[in-house]
Amino acid sequence: MHTNVSTKSVISARNLTKAYGEFKAVDDISFEVPAGESFGLLGPNGAGKSTAMRMIGGVSGRTLGELDIMGLDPEQHGPEVRAHLGVVPQQDNLDEDLKVRDNLIVYGRYFGLPLSYLRPKADELLEFAQLSDRAGAKVDALSGGMKRRLTIARSLINDPKILLLDEPTTGLDPQARHTLWDRLFRLKEAGVTLILTTHYMDEAEQLCDRLIVVDSGSIMAEGSPSSLIKQYSTREVLELRFGAERNAAMAGRLEGVGERLEALPDRVLIYTNDGESALEEVTGAGLHPITSLVRRASLEDVFLRLTGRSLIE
Amino acid sequence: MSSRDTGTRNTGLSPSGLKAHPPPEAARRARRFGSFYFAEHVLRSMRGYGWTIVASSVGTPVVYLFAMGIGLASLVDARAGNQGIGDVSYLTFVAPALLVTAAIMVANEEFSYPVMAGFKWRRIYHGPNASPLSSSQIATGHLMAVAVRLIFTCGIYFLIMMLFGAVPEATGWLAAVVAVVCGLSFGLPLMAYAAGIEEEKGQFPMVMRFVVTPLFLFSGTVFPLDSLPMVVRWIGWLSPLWHGTELGRVFSYDYAEPVWLSVVHVVYLVALALAGWAIAKRRYTRRLGK
Ligand SMILES: Nc1ncnc2c1ncn2[C@@H]1O[C@H](COP(=O)(O)OP(=O)(O)O)[C@@H](O)[C@H]1O
Ligand SMILES: [Mg+2]
Repeated sequence: MHTNVSTKSVISARNLTKAYGEFKAVDDISFEVPAGESFGLLGPNGAGKSTAMRMIGGVSGRTLGELDIMGLDPEQHGPEVRAHLGVVPQQDNLDEDLKVRDNLIVYGRYFGLPLSYLRPKADELLEFAQLSDRAGAKVDALSGGMKRRLTIARSLINDPKILLLDEPTTGLDPQARHTLWDRLFRLKEAGVTLILTTHYMDEAEQLCDRLIVVDSGSIMAEGSPSSLIKQYSTREVLELRFGAERNAAMAGRLEGVGERLEALPDRVLIYTNDGESALEEVTGAGLHPITSLVRRASLEDVFLRLTGRSLIE
Repeated sequence: MSSRDTGTRNTGLSPSGLKAHPPPEAARRARRFGSFYFAEHVLRSMRGYGWTIVASSVGTPVVYLFAMGIGLASLVDARAGNQGIGDVSYLTFVAPALLVTAAIMVANEEFSYPVMAGFKWRRIYHGPNASPLSSSQIATGHLMAVAVRLIFTCGIYFLIMMLFGAVPEATGWLAAVVAVVCGLSFGLPLMAYAAGIEEEKGQFPMVMRFVVTPLFLFSGTVFPLDSLPMVVRWIGWLSPLWHGTELGRVFSYDYAEPVWLSVVHVVYLVALALAGWAIAKRRYTRRLGK
């Protein structure tokens, strides 16, 4: 085999580009992912995350650039690359004609795995996904969160060392998201390399060791969540709401408070390392916001700084 | 970090220590047997409506052979002075045609909506597409599973024909083989067509109305093709149903036909199936993005 175990990166992309006609969905992105890292692509809808994931997953060709997964080019060695991966696509594609457990077994057969391995493995993964009591149920009887966990269980059937997760928790309620995050943490602890896309900044902060911020197909910034926040934001943010009509007008009168100011339609953000004293300054100047809130800076602020837009519109 | 890429995991994720074979082995097996793996999947989901398949496989021949081979036959045979058609009873004449028709009906069912479901509605194809399987193995696997269903359906049909005493010749079982091939030579071009449909706007009912039904009526199924005027006889010549039926008759009751014509039937049916298969594989590959 061509697998080169001594390479530090399990995934390496150079100038990766995907064009649909004139339009570049992924525009010249480069990154490396070392083994065991949890790597994120954070960006709004339409940023090109899924397109990038499909190229990494070896199901979509690239227009330009180079891609290396475990030392292999997915366009030349598709089956070999895909045999290394576990894939959780953005849209579930479980077979609703099959029972929950059979979905896992059928999937394992694609890797040529024998039933003597698959039967106990399926039970083990159902346990992991907290679905043991649903093993014989029909897939369409599962909730959204359960389907997502089943898809993750399915992606683990071949014991992959690299897991691709495209928006693993989009559309789930907070409870279901936390359950899922907990499962993903355990995989991370187990040394599985996680590549995940998300447009939730809290998810990126929770799960990613390192991430790229993607917008319109390009990388805007790269680093760990904390280093990105340090680089592009102050430690704290003061959020002020003066009412929809007055935010913009008030922003003018807040010049000079904090290090930087961002006027959004629904609120004014003041970037500062000391939110409380910035708030005192505001009230001392005789301004009275309807609500005020001091919070820790987040990746949302990084994205806003980089693009002038919110992650979720 | 570098210890991780070679190390085995021992984190409680696999308490029993189950280990999958390594990725290169998975890829090797998928390259060799991938179509079978997907066929296995489709057959497992057919089990979900297995009883419908069994019931229709038994019910269809019983109902049709009674209605046409005995009911309608009493009229035809009486008219023909108990000569039947071409020296055989109407039952014997019509049975191979009904057998082939049943195969085409199964193919029509399995290569239309399920293909759209695979790509779009239920996205069943997208799961295996992310696995080591290739897109054309997905097409071939689907085909193989339907072939298994065709063999089952045609086998039962043939047994019931025997029970009805509709198969005088010992080579009659070859008519069931012809029916399976015929199902594919109609079904694989349909599969290729279905794989190209982006938006379902009633194309499949149209296929039923403007392809399947005319084929049934103008393919020498319930009456010989040469009793039709020349202007519509070409429909029969193009129809896999006609070629399959005529060939089935050769095997089931020694229907007199020049050998070259039998060869034409075989070549035509196989060519249609192979062309449909090749186009389907191309379209699956394009549509699944690889
Ligand atoms: N098959 C396709 N043909 C044309 N445009 C596409 C196709 N797939 C995605 N796009 C476009 O590429 C852009 C990026 O899409 P996507 O990768 O799905 O973004 P994300 O996953 O970040 O939301 C979008 O503008 C989308 O409309
Ligand atoms: Mg996406």
